[in-house]
Formats: sequence, C-alpha cells, structure tokens
Amino acid sequence: MMPSTDTPLDLHALSGTAAMSHVLTPGEIDVSHGTILYVEDVTVSFDGFRALDNLSLSLDAGELRCVIGPNGAGKTTMMDVVTGKTRPDHGKVFLGQTLDLTRMDEPTIARTGIGRKFQKPTVFEQHPVWENLELAMKTDKGWWASLRAQLTREAQQRIEATLETIGLAAQARRLAGELSHGQKQRLEIGMLLMQQPALLLLDEPAAGMTDDETMALAALLDRLRGTCSMLVVEHDMEFVAALAGEGGRVTVMAEGRVLADGTLDEVKRNDAVIESYLGR
Amino acid sequence: MTSTTTLHSSAGPAPALAGNDAGASAGFALGLPPRRALLPRPAWAALFALVLAIGIGVPFASLVLPASSPFHLSAYVLTLGGKFMCYAIAALALDLVWGYCGILSLGHGLFFALGGYGIGMYLMRSIGHDGVYGSDLPDFMVFLNWHALPWYWHGTQHLAYALALVVVVPALLAWTFGFFAFRSRVQGVYLSIITQALTYAAMLLFYRNETGFGGNNGFTDFKRIAGFSITHPGTRTVLFLLTFATLVLAFIAARAIVLSKLGRVVTAMRDSETRLMFLGYSPLAYKLFIWTLSAVLCAIAGALYVPQVGIVNPSEMSPANSIEMAIWVAVGGRGTLLGPIAGAVAVNGAKSLFTAYFAEYWLFFLGALFVIVPLVMPRGLAGLVETLLARVQGARAGARASTLIEGRSKS
Repeated sequence: MMPSTDTPLDLHALSGTAAMSHVLTPGEIDVSHGTILYVEDVTVSFDGFRALDNLSLSLDAGELRCVIGPNGAGKTTMMDVVTGKTRPDHGKVFLGQTLDLTRMDEPTIARTGIGRKFQKPTVFEQHPVWENLELAMKTDKGWWASLRAQLTREAQQRIEATLETIGLAAQARRLAGELSHGQKQRLEIGMLLMQQPALLLLDEPAAGMTDDETMALAALLDRLRGTCSMLVVEHDMEFVAALAGEGGRVTVMAEGRVLADGTLDEVKRNDAVIESYLGR
Repeated sequence: MTSTTTLHSSAGPAPALAGNDAGASAGFALGLPPRRALLPRPAWAALFALVLAIGIGVPFASLVLPASSPFHLSAYVLTLGGKFMCYAIAALALDLVWGYCGILSLGHGLFFALGGYGIGMYLMRSIGHDGVYGSDLPDFMVFLNWHALPWYWHGTQHLAYALALVVVVPALLAWTFGFFAFRSRVQGVYLSIITQALTYAAMLLFYRNETGFGGNNGFTDFKRIAGFSITHPGTRTVLFLLTFATLVLAFIAARAIVLSKLGRVVTAMRDSETRLMFLGYSPLAYKLFIWTLSAVLCAIAGALYVPQVGIVNPSEMSPANSIEMAIWVAVGGRGTLLGPIAGAVAVNGAKSLFTAYFAEYWLFFLGALFVIVPLVMPRGLAGLVETLLARVQGARAGARASTLIEGRSKS
C-alpha cells in the first residue's frame, strides 16, 4: 500500500524546516540551543484529577522521540497542551527559545510550525484527496488570501509530490471519505507534510493499521528524520522499536509525569517501568 | 528499512530542489487550472439567454402589450414574481451560511426586515406632505404627538443614505453578534436558538411605538420612490428588473465564493473544525466573513421586497418567518446554489396556491414539508434532479455500451 521504500523520494520538497539560522525574525523558531520544545513543570487537572503532574520534558531539534506509557498516563493531554487545545494550570511550554505556546491559540501554534496527527484519522471527508492536501499547504491562511488564492503550478507540484509520497496518487480525485482507514491515516500524514512543520506530533499513528502498513509508516517517518522534529506517542512496541532503533531516545510516561528516559533497551530494563507498565 | 537509511543520510537542510521537485511529480500530474471556471460555457449561454428574455420580455409584456392581451403582465403578477425573487435571494444568503458553513441561522428574517426598514424609512420620508395629516413628519409620529424626527431618522430623505443604511446596519449587527458568538465557539443548535432569540427580541422592540418605527403597523402607504409613483407600472417593472439583476449577481458572487479556496476552507470547517484549526486556519474570520455577507445579502433582498409589496412591519421578524426561510433552503437542497432559489420559488408558489384555494391547510402543508423533505429527499430538489440526471445518463451509457457490444458481436 505504501510506496515501497526504495522509491526515489524528494524529502526537501516536503520539509520546509531549513530554519536553523540564527538570524531571527519575529515568530520564527529559535533553536540556537539545539532544543525545539521545552515542557517545564506543567500541571493540568480536570475536576481534581491530575492528568499532568509537573511534567517536564524537552525535545532536541531534529530528534524523533517516542513516548510510551499506559492508558491515562497523560500522553494525549501533553499533546493538547503543546498544541494549545488545553491550557495548563501552571508550567511553561516553549517552542524554541522564544515562543511561549501557552499564550497562543491553536491556529497560531499550527502556523508557527507544529503539526498534529490525531489518534483517529481526521480528514475532510467531503473534499477530494487533493483538496485535503491543498488546504493543509503552508501558505497565508487568512480569509482574504484564501478568497483570492490561485492553485499555482508550484502548489500543484507540491501536492503531486506529496500524493506520490503517501501513495495516493491514484486516489487524488476521490473523496477522502471513500478512503480506507489506512489510506486516511496516510492522507492525514500527507496533510502534515504539506504543512511543513518544524515539529510533528503524532498520536498513535499506527492505530488500526495492518502490520505491513505500520512498517511502511515507520519507514516513512524514518525518511522524514532530519527534516523536522517528531514526537510520537505509541502503544505498539514493534513500531516503537522500528522508529527508535538502538540509539533513539524513548520517554516513558505514567500518571502524568516522566517515569523514565533513555534508549529502548535502557527503559525496558528500568525497574520502575517494568513495575508500572511493561509488567514482568 | 535498509534502503531508507541511505535516503535519510542524504536528507538535510538544503535548497535547490526545483529540479528534483519536478522529477518527483513526473509520473503524476493533477493538471488543474489555477481557478475553476465560474460556470461551464453552456450555463453561461443559458444565463445570458435568460437575462435577455427577462430584460426584454418583461418590460414588453408589462408596458407595451395592452391589458387585454393574454401575455400582458399585470401588476399582481409582477409583484408576485418580484417577491419570489426576493425570497430566492434570501434563501441563497441563508444557504451560504447553512449549506456551506454549517451554521443554521433561524434569525435571518431579522436581516431581511432590517433591510426593509432601512428602505422603508426613505419611503416614509418621501411621502412628504401627502400623508393623512399633511405634516413634515410621517403619519405615525404625528399620531404619537411627536414634534421632531428622532435622531436616527436624520438623512433618511436621501435614497443613497437609506441604501447605505440597508447595507451597513445589518452588517454591523451581524458582525458584532457573530464576533461574540463565534469567538465563544457557540455552535450547532445553540447558535440556532440564539439567532431565533435575537430576531424575537428585535420583533418585540420594533412592536413598541417608542422605538420610532411605527410600532405594530410598521411602514405603509408609500407614495413614491426616487420621485416616481410607486404604483406606476413602469416603476414596478424597474423594481422587478432590479430584483432580477440582484438575484443574478448574487448567484454569480456566491458561485465565485463557493468555488474559491475560501469556499473549500469553509466547507472543511463545516465538516471538521478541529482539523482545520490544527492546520492553522482561524475559523472566526472565515465565519464572520460568510455570516456578515449573508446578512447583507438578506438585507438587500428585504430592501427590494418592501417597495414592491408596499408594507413592512415587525411580523417580518417573527421566528416563524426565519424558520420558513430554512424550509426553502432545505426543500431546494442545501449546499447547492440553484437549489435554494428553486426551493424558495416552489414553496412560495405552493403557499400562494394554498392561500388562494384552501388557506386553512397551508400550515399543515408547511409542517408536512418540514418533516417529509429531510426524510424522503435529504438533498432537496437539487439532489432529486441530480439523481434523475445520473439515472438518465446511466441509462444512455448503458444503451451505448450494449450497442457497442452488439456491433462487435456482429462484426
């Protein structure tokens, strides 16, 4: 289903994060210290229940980090906080050195460079596949610009390239609602690619996929490495193993905080992790 | 996975990709035009023919043909046609917010009425001294023992100013209401109820004599517009043609909006607002644009309506009127542009027939429509036509295929 891994691919066309320069313009992400995301002492409670309990974690620019943890560990809440959907009771959330995410609303955060993949694939079902990608494309998203927007040749080329990457070129004109579950997952990832985010948050991207699709997705994310930073929340340990490899960092969350941090092997041997999550 | 590592190692922040880009898309091309054509050629031709037919035929039939001719257009028919077209413009306006943006307004009657009141103020002023009391003031003010015009009536003797009011007042009201409602993310049925409450509150306000809009009698007994007698066949014909021109322009404008990227964003918002926000779009500005535009379009329809029917009163703001508008759209087919126009004409045509022959059953019929249409034809008249066309085409394609096969088997 996914394009085979040996298909020649152009990644630069898909990523727009050459923003590693030190000359800052307002709104640009400052990664001069090598860190793209800071979450510091963040607490979120719902009716007395602490979904996040003084959570702190940071993500290096260009890193692909897997986050695992049992249900209710606060993984999705953490993503909600980073994307502006949920305001923390206290704590700091910064994108790069300068951008305080707790002061921005969802669309502003998205325009600043954070893309988010939902657990359940969410695409625009009444729109053809190519229009889904067009809507996601990084461009001026104001109403006036949209009213006057033209579908330029360059825009079409980017849509075409992304369609090939996610293996949906043959479905370009079909309504997104007619796609299978796995195809919708890929379309949503294609939409994120069109957004050219600096940071990509993926909430259980492999949920509901077949084994083959899962591995193809791991390969796709692997190819994106270096073009943007990624934070992947996942349950499927095989998928995590494929993504993290031997040296990649894995963060284990439980009860709203970080339980352990390290390579997959390290966290697997961690007593606290075995106790609360993996089981003996 | 092994081959991807090589790819990954070659990846990095790099410019100069144009060549690569083209290479990547060599196998597949969307080949879409930068902007879609507003209408296909045959549709333009049909529209042009319609405009010509109405533009020449109506003045000829109403002004040149003698009243004895069977093709003569009487004042009654002209007014009825004009009224229907006003309703059609209002339905088109409501469909923009409901069908394309997913916001069901049950208060569009308010904007329609405000447009009517805006032009009504001018019509009242242009009665001049020809009223019952022969005063400078409109009759109802004399009746209330008022001695001067309230401040908001100043300047309304000028048609241009009144026309500006027709656009600006509903626009400001809609924008302000929309700003607070949409910013607080009020959606769905809650928004519908608030719009209903809004038009109801306005109706109560306009019923009061102290508000200065003629209380429950509203405005009537108009004499002239722009210096011409308002009952003269020539004036009626011009008003009819103006309404027709507005309808055509409104249709083309709505079509341009719906086909633009803004139109695609708005329908995407209707289907999944969260996804759209996480793509970087602020729904507020988009909703405000469509909402305000729709209110203004509705007000213009109201402003064309009042001079033709000769009266405006607060019952235009009654909740039932706004609900009826929603029925026009539902019957015609929401999310299409010709649908609501057809729906408004069909429902009001039925209403005219019913009130003429069996008036007491009209509300039952309307209620039945409201229940049956969503059940039997969820996509309205437009959906019905589409299905029929598809079936005819399918049958034709089937016939062609069978002749092809027969031809082959013979040879």
